[in-house]
This record gives sequence, C-alpha cells and structure tokens, in this order.
Amino acid sequence: MVIEMVIAGVCVIGLFAALGLVLVLMERRVAAWIQIRLGPNRVGPKGMLQSLADTVKLLVKEGMTPNGADKFLFNFAPFIAMMVAMLLMAPIAFAKDFQLWDLNIGVLYFSAISSIMVISILMAGWASNNKYSLMGAMRSGAQIVSYELSAGLSILAVVILTGSLNLNEIIQSQADGWWIFKGHIPVIIAFIIFIIAVTAETNRAPFDLAEAESELTAGFHTEYSGMKFALFFLAEYINVFIVCAIGATLFLGGWMPFHIGHWEAFNHVMDYIPSSLWFFGKTFFLIFLIMWFRWTFPRLRIDQLLNLEWKYLLPISMFNILLVTLMAILGWHF
Amino acid sequence: MVEEIGTTPEGDIIINVGPQHPATHGVLHLVITINGETIKKVEPHLGYIHRSIEKMCESLTYRQFIYVTSRMDYLSAHINNHACALCVEKGLQIEIPSRAKVIRVIMDELTRIASHELWWGAMAMDLGAFTPFFHAFRERETINDIMEETCGARLTMNYMVPGGVMLDIHPNFQKRVKDFITLYKSKISEYDELVTGNIIFQNRMKGVGYLSPEDAISFGCTGPTAKGSGVSSDIRKLYPYEVYDQVQFDEVLETGCDSFARYMVRIREMNQSIRIIEQLIDNIPEGDFQAKTKAVLKLPKGEFYQRVETARGEFGVYIVSEGGTTPYRIKFRSPGFSNLSALDQMARGSKLGDLVAMMGTLDLVIPDIDR
Amino acid sequence: MNNEELKIKISELLPTATFEEGTQWLTINVAPGDLHLLATQLRQDTSLFFDYLFCLTCIDWKTHLTMVYHLDSTKFRHNIVLKSKLDISSPAIDTVSDIWKTANFHEREVYEMFGVNFLGHPDLRLLILPDGWEGKRPMLKSFEDPINMIRL
Repeated sequence: MVIEMVIAGVCVIGLFAALGLVLVLMERRVAAWIQIRLGPNRVGPKGMLQSLADTVKLLVKEGMTPNGADKFLFNFAPFIAMMVAMLLMAPIAFAKDFQLWDLNIGVLYFSAISSIMVISILMAGWASNNKYSLMGAMRSGAQIVSYELSAGLSILAVVILTGSLNLNEIIQSQADGWWIFKGHIPVIIAFIIFIIAVTAETNRAPFDLAEAESELTAGFHTEYSGMKFALFFLAEYINVFIVCAIGATLFLGGWMPFHIGHWEAFNHVMDYIPSSLWFFGKTFFLIFLIMWFRWTFPRLRIDQLLNLEWKYLLPISMFNILLVTLMAILGWHF
Repeated sequence: MVEEIGTTPEGDIIINVGPQHPATHGVLHLVITINGETIKKVEPHLGYIHRSIEKMCESLTYRQFIYVTSRMDYLSAHINNHACALCVEKGLQIEIPSRAKVIRVIMDELTRIASHELWWGAMAMDLGAFTPFFHAFRERETINDIMEETCGARLTMNYMVPGGVMLDIHPNFQKRVKDFITLYKSKISEYDELVTGNIIFQNRMKGVGYLSPEDAISFGCTGPTAKGSGVSSDIRKLYPYEVYDQVQFDEVLETGCDSFARYMVRIREMNQSIRIIEQLIDNIPEGDFQAKTKAVLKLPKGEFYQRVETARGEFGVYIVSEGGTTPYRIKFRSPGFSNLSALDQMARGSKLGDLVAMMGTLDLVIPDIDR
Repeated sequence: MNNEELKIKISELLPTATFEEGTQWLTINVAPGDLHLLATQLRQDTSLFFDYLFCLTCIDWKTHLTMVYHLDSTKFRHNIVLKSKLDISSPAIDTVSDIWKTANFHEREVYEMFGVNFLGHPDLRLLILPDGWEGKRPMLKSFEDPINMIRL
C-alpha cells in the first residue's frame, strides 16, 4: 500500500513536471502561430528544450521575500497552489482503467478542491504587502467565487443526465456517444458555459484580472520571483490541464473513443485507437481552445466580468439545468 | 512628491502607477487615489525623461537643433523635424522647392500611419490583447524599411533640414510606397475584425473617458483627442502648410467624446493619410530637393512660431531670435503635455481598468511630454 | 476678425495695452496687473472668443522676464499673442488657469523653470523637476549647474 502510494506520488510529480514543460511550450507555440512569428526555436531541436532552459533559469534565480511581507504566508502560498493542483489530479481517468483514485463523488471532489485555489491567491496577495498584489487577490477572490457557480451548474447538467457523481460511470455512460452529441442543445450550452467559467476560474485571459499586467503589473504574484513564481506559473498550467481534462471527461467522453449509437463496425474501428490518445487528444483540444481565447480577446473590466457572471451566465445556466432535468425525466436524450 | 504614498484620511488608497509600469509606455508616473477599484484622483508626476531640450537648443545652431527634436516625439520624428525646419525657413524667409515640399508631406503622412499603427497595437496590448501588436508591426516594419532606404534611419530620421530635405528620395521609393499602400489596403480589414468589432473591446471603450468638447478646448487637447470630442483642430486644414491646401483629404471628426471615438478617429485618420499619399506619390515634381542656403544660418531678430499637426496633435515651435546663429529661447509646445492634463478630469469616477484604456487612447509618448 | 479689427477692439477693452509691429500675429503688451482682467475679457467676449490657449511660456531677457501667451479662437480662428513684462528678482503674475485649464500644467512648468510665482494658482508645485529643485530656476540664462550641465 505504501509502495503503491509512493509510486503514484512519483508519477504525479513526474506528470506535473512534464505537463508544465509541454504546456508552456505549447502556449508559446500557439501564441507565436497566432501572432505570425516563430516562437522558441533556439534551444534544442526546434526549440523543444526552451521550457527546460527556462526552468533551470527560474531554479537558480534568487527567491526574494520583500521586507514588509508576512514571511510564512508569503512562502506558503505557492505550495498551496501546487497542492491543490496535485490533489485535483487524483480522480482523473487518463486512460481506460488508469485512474489514481476512483472515488464515487469525483465531480463533487473536483468542484470542492478547485475552490481552495483561491485561498492561495488571496494568501499571496495579502502576504506580499503590495497594493497591486492585494488588488489582484481581491479581484481573483470575487471572480473565482462567482464563476464557480456557473461551472458547478454546468457540471450538474451532465450529472443529472448520468445520475452519478462518479467520473468513471460518467465516462461509461458515454459509450454510445458523447454527452455533447447526445444531450442536444442544453448540454452544448452547458459546455460553452463550462468553458467560459473555467477560463475565468483558472485566471486565464480574457479573465486574467488577477494578473492584468497592464493594470496591476503582475497582480497577486508581483512580488514573487524565482522558483516561488515558477510554482504559481506551473499551478496555473496544471489547472488549465485539469479543468480541460474534466471538461473532456464530462462532455467529450474522457478516454471513451468516438462512438456513434449502435454502428458496431465503426465503433470497433474507433476502439483500435488507444484510450489514452483519445483522452489527451480531447484535453489538448480544449487547452488549445483556451489558449486561442487568450491570444485573441482583450481583457474584461472587473464590473463587466461580474456582470457577465451574475446577469448572464448564472441565469442561463439555472434555466439550462431546468431544461436538462426535463430532458432527463422525459428521456429525450439518445 | 514621495510622501504621497499610503492612505488618505478618508481611507482611500494611494498607489503609484509608474514610473515603471507596463501601461505607461515609458517613464510616466501617475499617483492615483482609488477607493476599491474606483479612481478618485489622478496626478501625473513628470520629468523622468526630461532632458531640457529647450535649454540644450539654446546652445545649438539652427542646423543642429533640429536633430534634437527627433528625440522628443520619437514616433512623429519627421513631423517634429518638419516643424523646426519650417520655423527656421519662416525666419530666413526662403521658399523651398516644390519637390521638397511634396517629399516632406509624403514622409509626414507615412510617419503618421506608422505612429498610429504602433498606437493601435500598444493600445490593444493595454487592454490585454497581445496579438494586435504583432499584426500592427507587420505593416509598420514596411514603413520603417521605406524610411531606412531613403533617410538611412528607422526611428529618428533627421531627414528634414532648413531649405528642404537632406537627400533625394531613393529610386525605389515610389514603388515601395505604392506596394505599401496595396499591402495596407489588404490588411486594414483585419484590424476591424480583430479589434474594432470585438464586443469586449467595444464594451471597454464606449462611454469610457468622457471628455466634453468645451473641456477638450480648455485643456488644450489637440489631435485625435480633440477630434474624438468633435473639436475641429487639424492644423493641416486650419492653417495649411506645405502642400496640404492642394491635396484632398477630410478632417476626421467623431462626436462620441469617449475612448471609442478617439480610437475611431485614429483608424480613420490612417485612411486619410493613405489618401494624401496616393495623390502625391505619382506627382512628385522634378527639380531640386533643397533650396540653396548659407552654410551658417542666421535668423533675423524676432519671434517665429510654427504650428504643425503631428500624430498626437498640435506641435508648436516658438523661436525667439536675437539675430545670432543660435536661438535665444526656444519653446516646443508638445501635444502630449496638454493632452495628459485632461487625464485627471477624464478618469475621475471610472474604474482602474478604464484608466489604462484612457491612457491608451490619449496615445502618450513620454519624451514628448517631458521634453 | 483681422488684426486691425482686433487691435481696435482690444484697445477699447484695455486702453493701456501697446502693440508690437512686424510680428506674425497681433502682439499685445500688457502690464502684469492687467493681464488677468484682459484675459477674462478675451475669453468671454462673444466677438473675440479666445477659448484656446495653445502656448504659454516665458522668456528670460536677463534684465526682465516676459510671459508669452498664444491664443487662438476655435470659433473665429484668429490668433493673438499676449506679452507681459515681469520683474526678474521676484517675478509674479496672476494665474490664467481659471480661464484656460491647460494653463494649470503650463504654469507649473514655467514656475519651476523660471521661478515665476503665479498668484492664485490652485496647485503650484514642481511638475517636471525632481524633489530638491525648489528655488532653482534651470531655464534662466544665469543658471549654472557645475555637476550636471554640459556646455556645447
């Protein structure tokens, strides 16, 4: 049992590091592609080792703690961010029968743990003793708390349709088609709201008000440098990965191959593609989507951000839940 | 200056935006008083790049001082040089060849487009969209290449001299400018698709930074800042110089008085500049590119003032001469200085994020403000 | 209004005003005490309507200082220049920042560069120069800074 846990822990940390490197490189490549430039192309073959070089740079950089800062909270905040990201890794099914922890309330676990993220940001902003950081943290608090509602409600749409909080069961229920196809328009609406809400929850542009570099220099991590900054940076990318993985699991069938109803032959062919490829393909597609947002849209203002949530997304998702419930009761889905 | 850090008795927070801040595009220092996210007061502290160019010019000859002026509004370097050259010519009472006049106007308009392109990208970056910056630079680089070929420099050209222009245009000049116009026309729709039509962008800009026409005049705002409030202030139209009275173009006016109006003025002004260049590029007269002037210029005793329209607004050169080879006193009336003074009025009561949008649409160039 | 008409009109407003000859725009010399009154009238008179102060500066003539105001009317598009002679030892003049808001910044600049004291200015502090430069007048011809100044 202990050995099992150690192995799992090492795997998660390894995956963490690898994902961080890959996602940073991917972000820079996507940005470069959208911005008609080349992106990293000097370190290693085609710039593949650029993020490794950056990591080394961040590791050897001095980790400064400002004089007026609350030293304990200041140094502790990045670790909370990392811990949250690591905990969120647990219920995700990376491939068929490949899951760290198949718990029966996976969806609830995800929404509960992801809310802890805001604590690390608030802690970092408060402890920095910097007005920009504090404002970033307060913005982030308001933002994450509000957008959690929409994210939760849109997740609920799928939970209602499957009748289970277990991620594995949700995947199994998509064996004859993904929910985004089976669930008609209400699930598509839920999916769109989910993507918007998680973009906001992970503080990604156009909802990156907690960082908002043109307004708050770097928001809550203004005072962080070196590895402490790198932990925040890494946690952000891991969070993006996790929310996209959850999105892929709930709406796009997770590792479940692309199946259409009872077309046995077609489904059979699809099964030949390994399930891990399906999972990562879908997840990275969603990640690409979120990166695409970042490099296209300008940032919202704080009041517009909250208006969007409380005046538009929340009422729509509430109404949507009603529709989904009706659909589930009457069995209108495939 | 320094003690204004901390909180006010009412409990409002005072924060320093700048001198090192991503949105101030240089070393502008704003001390802002905020209550939560709402701005109560904006107080600019200038001088971080003050080089006392006016004092420096007092010991430079009339040929030399023009080169310093490129370093003020470095995005309108040609137009600054142009104003100084015109002012010296006014004092010398010389008429410059028509070829030089046309070349000067083409260069001015190219500079204006390049400046607005940079502004467009930088302003979108202030609002959190990075991509437009690179798209703007794609076109701006073409202009810089044209400049480099003819003037030998890409940013501080120093091409205008008293009496005309320093060198004749490069043989490729006309062809490359025409190529640029074709390129520009094919790309300008991307600007609207990427930024102007974006719903987030419009919400960030509309109704933000209201500046009434009366205030715009009273604060001495000029250029797109005044034109966005519907105040006619284009020196090219009102007090034409060089060949501006012979070319067809419209003064762009918007009546929105907000940031979006100022944005639209600049976008439309670029199209007008293209229109001016199109009329002139095939009609550059033959002849000298420089009038014959003495090696050492001496202005008669008196005062000379020249107003021109730079990309940011009205730029004025005021030379007081005592009859020597150097100006006795020189004053540069820079557009950014006056435009910035309106920022406090515009920003009060709006959100912190709006301040960035307002500063973006004022198109501040800090060396131009500080001089 | 052309220069002649302006001349007549301004002579009516302020009989003590004198006019300079051979200048680009109509140039009026005013005593410092009369400036604020004349400026108010120039701004408010409906036939003059000088609502745009496009340049405000000062010239050091070693024996005295001269304040120079360039005015424009956005309605009629006529220009005039106001000049006022100041004593160099203790230069002071009424502010015009209550008439034209742009004068606020311009007068602060003249205050720190030439040491002109603008009476009634709401916020007369250093704008461009850093702390510790109070009292120095770097744009005066007599100013010498042994450390920072470069002679060309």
